[in-house]
Amino acid sequence: MSYTNRTVKAWRRENGRVGVRNHVVILPVDDISNAACEAVANNIKGTLAIPHAYGRLQFGADLDLHFRTMIGTGSNPNVAAVVVIGIEPGWTKIIADGIRATGKPVAEFSIEQNGDIKTIADASWKAKEFVHWATELQKEDCPLTDLWVSTKCGESDTTTGLSSCPTVGNMYDKLIPEGLYGCFGETSEITGAEHICEKRAANPEAAEKFMAIFKEYSENVIFANQTDDLSDSQPTKGNILGGLTTIEEKALGNLEKIGRECTYIDALQAAEEPKKGNGLYFMDTSSAAAECVVLMAAAGYVIHTFPTGQGNVVGNPIVPVIKISGNPRTLRTMGEHIDCDVTGVLSREQTIDEAGDALIEMIERTANGRNTAAEALGHREFSMTKLYRSA
Amino acid sequence: MSKPHLLVHDSKDSVGVVVVEGLTAGTEMLCVVTHDNSDFKLTAKHDIPIGHKVALGDLADGQTIIKYGEEIGKMVAAAGKGEHVHTHNMKTKRW
Repeated sequence: MSYTNRTVKAWRRENGRVGVRNHVVILPVDDISNAACEAVANNIKGTLAIPHAYGRLQFGADLDLHFRTMIGTGSNPNVAAVVVIGIEPGWTKIIADGIRATGKPVAEFSIEQNGDIKTIADASWKAKEFVHWATELQKEDCPLTDLWVSTKCGESDTTTGLSSCPTVGNMYDKLIPEGLYGCFGETSEITGAEHICEKRAANPEAAEKFMAIFKEYSENVIFANQTDDLSDSQPTKGNILGGLTTIEEKALGNLEKIGRECTYIDALQAAEEPKKGNGLYFMDTSSAAAECVVLMAAAGYVIHTFPTGQGNVVGNPIVPVIKISGNPRTLRTMGEHIDCDVTGVLSREQTIDEAGDALIEMIERTANGRNTAAEALGHREFSMTKLYRSA
Repeated sequence: MSKPHLLVHDSKDSVGVVVVEGLTAGTEMLCVVTHDNSDFKLTAKHDIPIGHKVALGDLADGQTIIKYGEEIGKMVAAAGKGEHVHTHNMKTKRW
């Protein structure tokens, strides 16, 4: 079956990218500008503030990641326009200019020498103008395979490796050859399957980059900081309740998300935009759900597919997170969080091929406007990755 | 085919996964290998929760455990055929 002729109704942005949501974002540069951003979002309906914990006195690679995450979040095609507010004008301008490169409307405000009240008033006027503009933008027919779709699993158990992860893998096997951009990550959760992941690189450079990232993470984060065998952290308590015993077992299930045939063409830094054309990418991310989804959204992915076994409830402010589960107990006890039910895979009433098609249909419906369970339930977790303490 | 109690990824695997709720000791389980759709029967020796693993043969202390056709760790206590395999008798080889 060909998927290239299938279309979704979505927004074609100034830079040619396709967005499936139409947010006007009020983006704080730093933690102390959260209050002003939230006040603007309260004044002007239809805007979305994204408060976060960082942005002061960061330096080096950690500051680069902060800028990449902020600029990437504002640049995401699910965002129509952005109001940036920071405590001082310097870093505020860096972030606003970074987003402006996409061609979308951006306005910036800084609080020092103005105070919160004047800043909120000035920014509210601009936010109102952006809402009027954005709400008149029309959706158009866009190829399904113009979407960028990322993946990460959470509260995994043994059922994710049997059902929901291979469902995502089947979707990638079908859509990546036809032009989709895909992304998987979770560096720590490849431990035990790194030899398989290395072999799934499309070229020796990607394999080398992946192995360098994996070794650096293992040595500088895990082995440098571990105090025990990590048996309560990786796998998590929830993973263990669900029947996963070791990190190797978890990793092999995790890798089911990249299907049988896909190969990744590059290994990206956290929140780095893919630049080697359409295809599958590995990204160096934490395995913590909210952090990982935020980093992939900052790289430009517009829909996230999220297999879960025991029932992770995570969402994202700007990217719809589609939950897939094959665990009948989770569907029974917390089914309100699941968008795509693949319990039939475990009872052998649904093939992986059929489950993959069901997920593709849910991606289309989500792109066309269906709110995901996480959106309907108000999940907007925005957790930024920080590399080390600030100065 | 009736609904399986246990799924096994690969014919090389030493464990399978319970995929039904409320499995009790003594149940003669229908087991399916997802890789080739072959099936076999195995009697559960414990009450085993959904998602948890069952030994497909007698597993010795120290034995490497295979799932997905790959190594997932080692036994740190023996488990007999049909018994529950989890953190009480199995451990990572990493970290």
